[in-house]
Amino acid sequence: MRTCFSRLWTAWLLALQFLRDGRGQTVTIMVGVAVGVAVVVFVSALIQGLQANIIQRTLGTQAHIRVMPPDELNHLQPVAAGALQLVWEDKRAQRRRSINNWQQVVATLDALQSVQALSPVITGPAFAGRGAALESVALTGIDLRRYQRIIPLSDYIVAGSARLEPGEAMIGSELATTLGLRVGDKLRLDTGRQNPTVVNVVAIFELGVRELDARNVYLGLKQAQALLGLPGGVTQLDLVVEDIFAADVIARRIARLTGLEAESWMEKNSQLMNALSAQSLSTNMIIVFVSLSVAFGIASVLSVSVVQRTREIGILRAMGAGRQQILHVFLIQGALYGLVGALIGIAGAFVLVWVFNTFGPGLFYIPVANTLVLFALVLATLVGVLAAAVPSRRAAMLDPVVAIRYV
Amino acid sequence: MSEQQGHVLRLAGLRKSYNVGLPNETEVLHGLDLIVEREDFAALIGPSGSGKSTLLNLIGLLDQPSAGELYLLGEPTSTMDDAERTRLRGESIGFVFQFHHLVQAFTALDNVLMPLMLRYGRPDRASIDKARALLAAMGLEKYAQTRPNQLSGGQQQRVAIARALVTEPALLLADEPTGNLDTHTAADVFELMRRFGREVGCAVLLVTHDPRLSAACDRTIDLVDGRIVSDTGADAVPSMSA
Repeated sequence: MRTCFSRLWTAWLLALQFLRDGRGQTVTIMVGVAVGVAVVVFVSALIQGLQANIIQRTLGTQAHIRVMPPDELNHLQPVAAGALQLVWEDKRAQRRRSINNWQQVVATLDALQSVQALSPVITGPAFAGRGAALESVALTGIDLRRYQRIIPLSDYIVAGSARLEPGEAMIGSELATTLGLRVGDKLRLDTGRQNPTVVNVVAIFELGVRELDARNVYLGLKQAQALLGLPGGVTQLDLVVEDIFAADVIARRIARLTGLEAESWMEKNSQLMNALSAQSLSTNMIIVFVSLSVAFGIASVLSVSVVQRTREIGILRAMGAGRQQILHVFLIQGALYGLVGALIGIAGAFVLVWVFNTFGPGLFYIPVANTLVLFALVLATLVGVLAAAVPSRRAAMLDPVVAIRYV
Repeated sequence: MSEQQGHVLRLAGLRKSYNVGLPNETEVLHGLDLIVEREDFAALIGPSGSGKSTLLNLIGLLDQPSAGELYLLGEPTSTMDDAERTRLRGESIGFVFQFHHLVQAFTALDNVLMPLMLRYGRPDRASIDKARALLAAMGLEKYAQTRPNQLSGGQQQRVAIARALVTEPALLLADEPTGNLDTHTAADVFELMRRFGREVGCAVLLVTHDPRLSAACDRTIDLVDGRIVSDTGADAVPSMSA
C-alpha cells in the first residue's frame, strides 16, 4: 500500500513536470476546457434561474397539491352471473360536498414528512354586488393563518391589511376596480342560498394573475361555510410540499392513503411541465456535446504529448518505471486538464453571471448553485480522465526498446 | 542468492529472432553462452548488425529472448511478466545510453534521483545526499539545478552515469556511452565509469566501436553475426561453472 502511494507520488511529479514543460499546450487545452465549462455552468445556471423563476411565479399563487372529495358516481346493482345488463345512465351532477371527516384527514396529512403545510379551504360560487353592479366571484373560505403558508397573501396586499374576522373579506384588485371598491367599503355577497350578506373589504390583493384578481374573494372559514350551506365542512385541502418536483408522486400517495382525489400542480400545469422538461433536455444536450468536444480536445493533446515524450517514456521504463506508473502519469495529466480548466471556467461563468445579473435585462436573477459548481468540477475531471484513457494506455503499452530509439 | 550463485549474469543458449512465424523470420542471436562476474569491466565489440544492441536490450530486460535462458543475479528471467522484469530491472540494472537520454523536463539532480523516485516515491534526505554526492563525484555539483539542455554532451553523459549508479546496481549497461563525445571527453567519461564501477562494486558491460576503449577494458567480448567469436575472459568461465 505504501509503495503504491509513493509510486503515485512520482507519477504526480512526472505529470506536473510534463505539464509545466509543455506550457503552451497545457495553457491552450486548459483554456479550451475552461470555455466549455463556462458555457455549461452559465447555461445551466441561466436555465435553472429561468425555471425557478417560472415555477415560483406559477406556484406563488397556487397550492402544490389540492385534495378534493372524489366525484360522485352512480352505483349499479350487481347482476347475477350469466345475466345481461343494459344500462342507460344519467351522469350525476357534482354537487358541492365537504370532505368526509376532514379533521382526521388533516391530522393524517399533517403527519406526513413530505408535506410542509396544509390548509383546509371551502370554495363555492357567488355574486358580488355593489349598488346595481354585479360580478360572479369564487368565494374562498380560509383559516388565514394556515393559508398564509400556502399562498403568502400578505405579500400581495396592495391596500389594507391581511386579516379575516367575521364579516370581513379580502378581494382582488381587478374586482375592486370593477366594483369601485376601496378598503373600508361594503360588499354584498349572494350565494343564492340565503339572503345576501354584506361584508367589509379589509384588504385588496394583487396576485398578478388577472383571473384570480378578478374572481377570488377570501372570507373567514366559518362565514364561508355558512354562506355556502356547508356548516363545518371544507371542500378541499391545499398542500405545500418540500420537493415540488415530487408533488405528483406525493399526490398519488395521498390519494391512495385517503381515498380522496389529489391533484398536483404538475398535472394542472402539464403544458408548463412539458416546456420545462424540453428546456432541461436542451440544457443536457448542450452539456453532453460540450463534454464530448472537451474530451476530444484533451484526448488529441495527450495523444500528441505521448508521441512527443515517447523517448522519455522509454528512458523511464529502462529506469524501472512500470506500465502502471506511465499510465498514471498521463491519466493524471488528463484529470488536471479537466480540473484546472473547470476551475478557470467556473470563475469565467461567475463573471458571466455577474454581468448578466448586473447589466442584463433584469427579468430574473440567476443564482449559481454550489451543486452546479461541484457538478462541473466532477464532470470536467471525469471527462479528462476518460479522454486520457486511450492515449495513456498507448503510452503504457509502448515497447521500451522501440521507445528509447524513437527520435 | 546472487552471492551464492557468484555471477551477476549468465546466458544459456540465448536466442533472439525477429518476425517469428513470418516468412522473413530472422535469427539475430544464435544461442549465446556467457557469464559476467561482479568485478568484470567488459567491452562488447563487433561490427554493425552483429546483434550487440539486441543483446544489450535482452540483458537489460527491455526485451525477451526467443529461446534460452538469461539469469540475472541467479534469477531466471524468461518466464517473468512485465511487472517482475520492471522490478528486477529497476533494482539491479543501470543504463547509460549513447545519446545521454535524460528527461528534459527535470533538473540534473532530479534526473539522478529518478530511478529512486520511481521505486520509492518522494526521495528522503539520504537519497538526495547520495545523488548530490554522485553529481559532485562527476564534477557536476554546480549543475544540480540545471536542466539537461543547458549542459554539454560530456556533462549530460556524466549525469546519466550518476543516474545509472544511484541505485547501486549489480550491472551497469552502457550502449556506446562515448559515441558522440570528443576523444578527450570520451576518455574522461570512460574513466569515471571505470572508477565508479569499481567503487559501487558493479559489473560493467559496455558496447563500443572504439578499439582504444575496448583495449582499455579488462575483458573483450567479440560478437560477430550473432555468435561470440572471442572472449578474453572466457578462460575464467570453466573454472567458475565447474
